[in-house]
Amino acid sequence: MIAAWPSPVGEEYALAFDKSRPHRVLVLPAWFDEASKLRHFTAEVMRRLNGAGIDSFLPDLPGCNESLAPLAEQTLDTWRAEAAEAAWYFSATHVLAIRAGAMLAPDALPGWRYAPVAATSQLRSLLRARVLAAREAGRDEDRDALLAEGRQHGLELAGYRLGAAMISDLAETDLASCTKQRDIAQGDIGGAGLWLRAEPDYDPKQADALAAIVAMELLA
Amino acid sequence: MSGHAITGHADRVLRQVLQDVLGLSAERVAAFTSETGLFGDLPELDSMAVAGLLTEVEDRLGIVIDDDEVDGEMLETYGALLAFVQGKRG
Repeated sequence: MIAAWPSPVGEEYALAFDKSRPHRVLVLPAWFDEASKLRHFTAEVMRRLNGAGIDSFLPDLPGCNESLAPLAEQTLDTWRAEAAEAAWYFSATHVLAIRAGAMLAPDALPGWRYAPVAATSQLRSLLRARVLAAREAGRDEDRDALLAEGRQHGLELAGYRLGAAMISDLAETDLASCTKQRDIAQGDIGGAGLWLRAEPDYDPKQADALAAIVAMELLA
Repeated sequence: MSGHAITGHADRVLRQVLQDVLGLSAERVAAFTSETGLFGDLPELDSMAVAGLLTEVEDRLGIVIDDDEVDGEMLETYGALLAFVQGKRG
């Protein structure tokens, strides 16, 4: 179920449910701390798709999870190239992007974007969290100054060391709409968004709901 | 749009965001009054969760919240947070 594959940045791992079935879904994970909070949920959605007769593949983003690639050297383009290459390598027929994973979804693939969030919003949350945490620790940090520093020298946000190019990419790139991919709001799933919890959590009903939407539309 | 209608919208959106963030039932969030305690009563919420909440509020209500404006008082009760958000919407 863990597959090694030759990604553009070297060998990477992917969680894979591959039985060479006709429907093959590339799953693009949420980013950074949200990736941890949504990992169990994402894997459970894939397990349900597997049960419904649908293959799926969840590649690590370079520099994240099991990836050995240096995160500080990654950019939005290296991540997009990874997603595109994974789509090709695993012969994906559809894409299911989770949260900021929507930023990486190949335009040509039909599919879904679950609770999509723009890179700009994701960066805003990360910077704000750092400013609030600094203040709780008695240090005074300022979002604009942090962003300016990050664009020059990179920045550590929520424990992730991001390079200058990635910080600039995140600050400048909004989420484009994609006619082939349908957005699924948290309200369609029900319950509270798991990415907003202080600790990773899991809700089988939410995994049921998202897998059901994907499976029903794929197998209709 | 009348001031009352704007108030109602901000109230609805804020309750929905809190329901999403705090993982509370719709019934419990619907019962929030302006005195209901928020973050002082919920120590498990870390800065990342608070930041996520504020970004969701910004995106859903189309407002901008400066970090300088975020303090314990604004997050202490539901009424304080709603008043802050309504002030932002002018």
